[in-house]
Amino acid sequence: MKLLSMTVAAVMAASPVMADLVFPSLSYRTGPYAANGIPFADGYEDYFTLLNERDGGIGGVPVRVIECETGYNAEKGIECYEATKGEGALVYQPLSTATTYQMIPKATADGIPVHSMGYGRTSAKNGAVFSNIFNYPANYWDGASHAINHILDVNGGDISGKKIALVYHNSAYGKEPIRTLEELSKKHGYELMPVAVDHPGQEQKSQWLQIRQQRPDYVLMWGWGVMNQVAIQEAANIRYNMENFIGIWWSGSENDVLPAGAGADGYKALTFHNIGRDYPLYDDLQKYVVDAGKAAGAGDQVGTVLYNRGMYAAMLAAEAAKTAQELSGNADITPAEMRAGMEALEMTEAKMAALGLPNFGPEFKVSCENHGGNGLGAVKQWDASAGEWSLITGYEASDQDVIGPLVEEDSAAFAAESGITPSC
Amino acid sequence: MPDQLLFAMEVTLNGLMAGVLYALVALGFVLIFKASGIFNYAQGVMALFAALTLVGIMDGQVPFAHLINAVFGTDIHHFGWHVPALLAIFLTMVVMVALAWAVQRFIFRHLVNQEPILLFMATIGLAFVMEGVGDIMWGADIKKLDVGLPQGINEWIDITTFEAFGYGFFIDNLDISATIVAIILVAALIAFSQYTKQGRALRAVADDHQAALSVGISLNFIWILVWSIAGFVALVAGIMWGAKSGVQFSLSLIALKALPVLMLGGFTSIPGAIIGGLIIGVGEKLFEFLIGPMVGGATENWFAYVLALLFLVFRPQGLFGEKIIERV
Repeated sequence: MKLLSMTVAAVMAASPVMADLVFPSLSYRTGPYAANGIPFADGYEDYFTLLNERDGGIGGVPVRVIECETGYNAEKGIECYEATKGEGALVYQPLSTATTYQMIPKATADGIPVHSMGYGRTSAKNGAVFSNIFNYPANYWDGASHAINHILDVNGGDISGKKIALVYHNSAYGKEPIRTLEELSKKHGYELMPVAVDHPGQEQKSQWLQIRQQRPDYVLMWGWGVMNQVAIQEAANIRYNMENFIGIWWSGSENDVLPAGAGADGYKALTFHNIGRDYPLYDDLQKYVVDAGKAAGAGDQVGTVLYNRGMYAAMLAAEAAKTAQELSGNADITPAEMRAGMEALEMTEAKMAALGLPNFGPEFKVSCENHGGNGLGAVKQWDASAGEWSLITGYEASDQDVIGPLVEEDSAAFAAESGITPSC
Repeated sequence: MPDQLLFAMEVTLNGLMAGVLYALVALGFVLIFKASGIFNYAQGVMALFAALTLVGIMDGQVPFAHLINAVFGTDIHHFGWHVPALLAIFLTMVVMVALAWAVQRFIFRHLVNQEPILLFMATIGLAFVMEGVGDIMWGADIKKLDVGLPQGINEWIDITTFEAFGYGFFIDNLDISATIVAIILVAALIAFSQYTKQGRALRAVADDHQAALSVGISLNFIWILVWSIAGFVALVAGIMWGAKSGVQFSLSLIALKALPVLMLGGFTSIPGAIIGGLIIGVGEKLFEFLIGPMVGGATENWFAYVLALLFLVFRPQGLFGEKIIERV
């Protein structure tokens, strides 16, 4: 009898409790990047709270969000992964390219999917190699192409001889677009001028003096945290034309432009989702989450760029979980079933509208071969007097003729060094 | 004049200005180390805390609002008033003096005569506590700081240099303000230490604690005084750096910019902090300008330490530090 009790206890201890759908949130609410980490984490958690409060979870199964503080530190991010994966984690969103890179082999070995939405290793788009890594709806190389496409549009399709500077965070994240921009420069004939900024980017005088001296026609920015605010302020100080200054989607939140005041007027940034809170879903968020006192934060971030992105990430995770439930016939899905759900995810405008988010994001479809979606992106612009962003383009395609081979090349190299046989 | 030479001159001038900003941070370290032998790891966080408090007071933000609302079920965030910059600076100084008293009363008073490494550890703990308290007190969002300091290119320098060389130099008005403030601050600190009773007492404590005690100087008072002055220096640094990037938690990392300045200028010399700041500022900017493009850029963070290490090898006490004499 004693042996039987011990065996049952051991089995119970070894098995994860499967009463909830577990979505870990690797957040950073402290440290130098907290101002960006907080709204994203709030949006991510609030959406799941809404599903629990309004719908009773996903497919009738409550959602449990486990928050773990990383401080935007890759080692802590991995510690969080190790500490939470045993809870039955369905998908990880590290919100850090460095953490994503370290998580790729671990999550693949553990059979847990990772969604690095608009960040991480770009070639993870190739699902035949990166079986558990997803980066839909767009990746950095799409972003680089969107920026160049926009510059092409405003120059009548000819940018040969132009000089384009890339001010980038001197890290794995910041260096991601360089190869694509180099390839695109060969195609379009512009001169690329990379300008590195060391972490955290509090002091950028040298970089902006260089830009003032070299006078590039356009400046692209791959920044994060304080680097963005300082760069926009320095650009305003040297009177750089803000119309010609374009940031990646991680350099395009209210946090980035507000400190520079009127000087930031006209600054542009890329995006893969819409802006503001004028969507039916936000009425539900207000009613079931914020007004009910269940918001992850103070409720003051609702509708900001990074809150929307966190909410969008949670919504895509929830939709993938629903797809997984439909495919498997189980409400209480496993990480492997979640992975299959992500791989079969299709976001249509009809589905977005039904969720209360009409025109919020581009339509896209994920497949075994394509874990990166359609790679559509738009350009938005900051109006300092109104204190708001507005989309100035529709969602447009990136240059897959250039990006496709780069994805193939990089993912093939990863497959070779990791001993992976690509398969779908 | 060749373009490259003009650019180098512009870079040098901007390096000097950046050096002043580094020196402003380093000054706080020097003051506390000189008076108490404590390497205050929390100096960067003090700058952050001071700037957060200043913006919070100016904007009429209710401190600990989230905590109050969570405990009492209220929904208060602002008092609804706006405090003028000068009054807000004064009120922030009151807070920094209170902080100095609390640090002395609750931490260092209990650690008198302990090993320097323990005192250093205590300041690490203090840094994290202050960062956490600052977060709970004022929130982690990025705040715009506007105390009326001009920002952007200085027109006069731009036009004058353009007329002289055919190329207008960029000098940020904020950097010019920082330089003027730093000059006034250093002059005031020197005047204070030379011509006031408290200043002389402070120097006496810095020279020899035991001797100072024996002539009736209160160590307790002096340490509160020096932490208060360091708090004021932190506030000035916080204003200058916060005006550049907004007040946010990465402001605490400006301490990293002060370390090579201290290694170079010495931990006990106010002129050393200034000269060290200028050398580091000019050195790192010129290196980035001349060598940076050949090695992929982003050299400033590490080159400042290379420069400081070189000085350490040949002059361990720094340029102006007290000579290390060990008697056997």
